[in-house]
Amino acid sequence: MDLILIQTLNGLASASSLFLVASGLSIIFGVTRVVNFAHGSFYMLGAYIAWSLVSRFGSASALGFWGGVLLAALLVGLVGLLIEIALLRRIYQAPELFQLLATFGVVLMVQDVALASWGPQDLLGPRAPGLRSFVSIFGNRFPTYELFLIVLGPIVLGALWLLFNKTRWGTLVRAATLDREMVGALGVNQRLLFTSVFFLGSCLAGLGGALQLPREAVNLHMDLSIIAEAFVVVVVGGLGSVTGAYLAAVLIGVMHAFGILIFPKITLVLVFLIMAVVLIVRPHGLMGRKPSLVQQGATMREPLLSPATREIKLLGAAALAVLAIAPLLLGNYGVSLLTELVILTLFAASLHFMMGPGGLASFGHAAYFGLGAYGAALAAKWLAAPMAAGLLFAPFLAGLAGVVFGWFCVRLSGVYLAMLTLAFAQIAWSVAFQWVELTGGDNGILGVWPAPWAAGKTTYYYLALVLCTALVLALRVAIFSPFGYALRAGRDSPVRAEAIGLNVTRINWLAFIIAAIAAGIAGGLYAYFKGSVFPTYMAISKSVDALLMVLLGGVQTVSGPIVGAFAFAWLQDWLVRGIAEYWRLVLGSAIVVLVLAFPQGLVGTALRWRGRSQDDDVPAEAVR
Amino acid sequence: MLKVEGLHTYYGRAHILADVGLEVAQGEVVVLLGRNGAGKSTTLKSIIGLVPPAEGRISFRGTSIAGRQPYEIARLGLGYVPEERRIFTELTVDENLEVGRRSANGTTPVWTPDRLFVLFPNLARMRERAGSQMSGGEQQMLTIARTLMGNPACLLLDEPSEGLAPVIVEQMADTILELKREGMTVLLSEQNLRFAHAVADRALIIEKGRIRFAGTMAELMANEAVRTQYLRL
Ligand SMILES: Nc1ncnc2c1ncn2[C@@H]1O[C@H](COP(=O)(O)OP(=O)(O)OP(=O)(O)O)[C@@H](O)[C@H]1O
Ligand SMILES: [Mg+2]
Repeated sequence: MDLILIQTLNGLASASSLFLVASGLSIIFGVTRVVNFAHGSFYMLGAYIAWSLVSRFGSASALGFWGGVLLAALLVGLVGLLIEIALLRRIYQAPELFQLLATFGVVLMVQDVALASWGPQDLLGPRAPGLRSFVSIFGNRFPTYELFLIVLGPIVLGALWLLFNKTRWGTLVRAATLDREMVGALGVNQRLLFTSVFFLGSCLAGLGGALQLPREAVNLHMDLSIIAEAFVVVVVGGLGSVTGAYLAAVLIGVMHAFGILIFPKITLVLVFLIMAVVLIVRPHGLMGRKPSLVQQGATMREPLLSPATREIKLLGAAALAVLAIAPLLLGNYGVSLLTELVILTLFAASLHFMMGPGGLASFGHAAYFGLGAYGAALAAKWLAAPMAAGLLFAPFLAGLAGVVFGWFCVRLSGVYLAMLTLAFAQIAWSVAFQWVELTGGDNGILGVWPAPWAAGKTTYYYLALVLCTALVLALRVAIFSPFGYALRAGRDSPVRAEAIGLNVTRINWLAFIIAAIAAGIAGGLYAYFKGSVFPTYMAISKSVDALLMVLLGGVQTVSGPIVGAFAFAWLQDWLVRGIAEYWRLVLGSAIVVLVLAFPQGLVGTALRWRGRSQDDDVPAEAVR
Repeated sequence: MLKVEGLHTYYGRAHILADVGLEVAQGEVVVLLGRNGAGKSTTLKSIIGLVPPAEGRISFRGTSIAGRQPYEIARLGLGYVPEERRIFTELTVDENLEVGRRSANGTTPVWTPDRLFVLFPNLARMRERAGSQMSGGEQQMLTIARTLMGNPACLLLDEPSEGLAPVIVEQMADTILELKREGMTVLLSEQNLRFAHAVADRALIIEKGRIRFAGTMAELMANEAVRTQYLRL
């Protein structure tokens, strides 16, 4: 009985900072319609800045500690403000995917800034003055600080409620959440409103991070781990609802606390189950509303996929011929690089398959790549399976995850889908990371060697080339099959597709599974190629790599992912070799600059340039 | 007070308005008539800046406003009432009015919720009600009241009679005349000729994005040919 009580209290305590972060995310989304990936980075910055400030002010005095925490929150708010003015303001009209990508660029930059400023080691924070003691609850010692956090959650919720319901600013913000254009037409300066909302949201994230100081060591992984949880909270609570965020944070916090008792290794499974139940019962979250169609952000306007022309086919054949004879000309390093490239191409093509024709932009596609790799590695390690069996087990495991995760994801669309896919990827990542007995945790699984006949670098290259080419071509064929057309019909107009008897959800699900399987094969090949697997194969940054490959090449061209994969791999090789240490900073800045320069995407921008020169003088009558 | 010259507006590649020009003098009610899809809403949206015009001059009380942000234009004293009403559905009547509130510009009397409730007595009975729970007519009243809260010197009204029962249409006409008596300048779009006749001093007819007729209301009523060509369905 008292164990239950204690665990409930523990859960409530962790719910509070989760709520701070998630409510900020939700508020920002409500008004600006931007899902701010960098929100977790603000949380991490809050913790780091608070650590520095409290160390400087002296953690013994109440003023030093609380002053440091509050100042840290405000400083993070200022950082958010600057980012809004410098970056987001310019891309509010851009497609959602680019907004997400740009804020991910910020994540990368903040990671390197934090690394440079505070170093790679974990930093232990001080305990809060005045709240260091324990209280006794049914004979259990319970930290006072945790009690304080429990109380803080509802207080912040109440304060936010007052702010939004009882002040003019709050009324304007709520109105802007419903129809921001109309608010502007009534004379309200939306820019100011957006910036102030962003400031508030960032402060909340910073506060959430700063308040973690007495609870856990500050480290460089805080950003992505909290953002994944916050995404789950926001999806479960309903995007844009602060109360929903609180309820969801409590639900998830408490379940987490109990999960630790029941299955300490896979607490995330419980989180997953909650999410499942909520989304089945209420697809838009506990307090969420169906997103209104008028308000939806700009979508991509790119040309439709069309089958390859004769020239493209010839070009493809030529490229393939070059790839086939390349090992004769290249050294070992070149062959390795090419092998990796070929595998990445399949990975990118698998993501493109769901993103292009299906319109399902996944922010967690690395999960399936990584699960494929782990499938192969686990089979090799625990079953001593030969390579052939490993390569079969890889897509099996990835496909299984595709079946389960995909079932949820295809019920959502747009940013919701992106957030959910990311959350699933993060769950897969943490299972690989935490379940040390099975996966070796951070140390990964070593000794995943190919069969003797394929052990030679060149032989393995040919194996990868044949398999990947066959699969990429198969995906192409699928895009132009009746299934592919049905998929596109569902993307372009779900209502109309349903009306002509297509089951859009089921079709999207199938596409999701196919994409997962293809990514899994790429992962399996990658595992045998590298000889080892690590949790980083499923990391968010890997998912973003895949997205970048697809976006670089253009979403709505079938050969795009192939070109994109090559361009990306070249870029990364150059980045990592050229500037080993702070490549994240460079890559992040590059992403941000690219999005700022081409807010409509490379292909979209090119089209607009072409369009402008052509359509200047179309007479009105001709258009009608 | 409001002057538009050589206005061209596009939606993407579609050329919607071609060389639209119009003028509204202080205290005047001018109606823009035209069939569905003629470009009435687009004209009003171009003036308020929601659909920035590609070309053309718009001046309001001597200030050039083409290419400015809607909020800047609104702050100069131009009030816009959209055709789709666009009430903030989850906000109460009072809150909707609050969003529209701006301090007066000096020329017009100050509109307060209390004065607006005299003009729109229905609204007074539902101050705490959410916008989503109001009838179409009530929403139409609220959307006008909300814009008046900004104390505009000139109103852009997009089809105020659309979708309203005949009794309510009459009330609406009375309201506009009342506003005119208060000295308000109004540019409204309409398809309902009788309604237009009841409220307007001058009329413009737009078709396929071009102004085809301009004259007094009386001239239009006398000109059977123009009405048949551009207004009959
Ligand atoms: N958002 C838009 N995107 C593209 N075309 C549009 C858009 N809005 C209107 N149009 C087109 O512009 C033209 C003029 O539309 P507008 O709304 O100005 O007409 P209207 O005169 O107000 O008609 P109604 O009486 O039906 O309100 C129409 O051909 C319409 O199809
Ligand atoms: Mg209209």
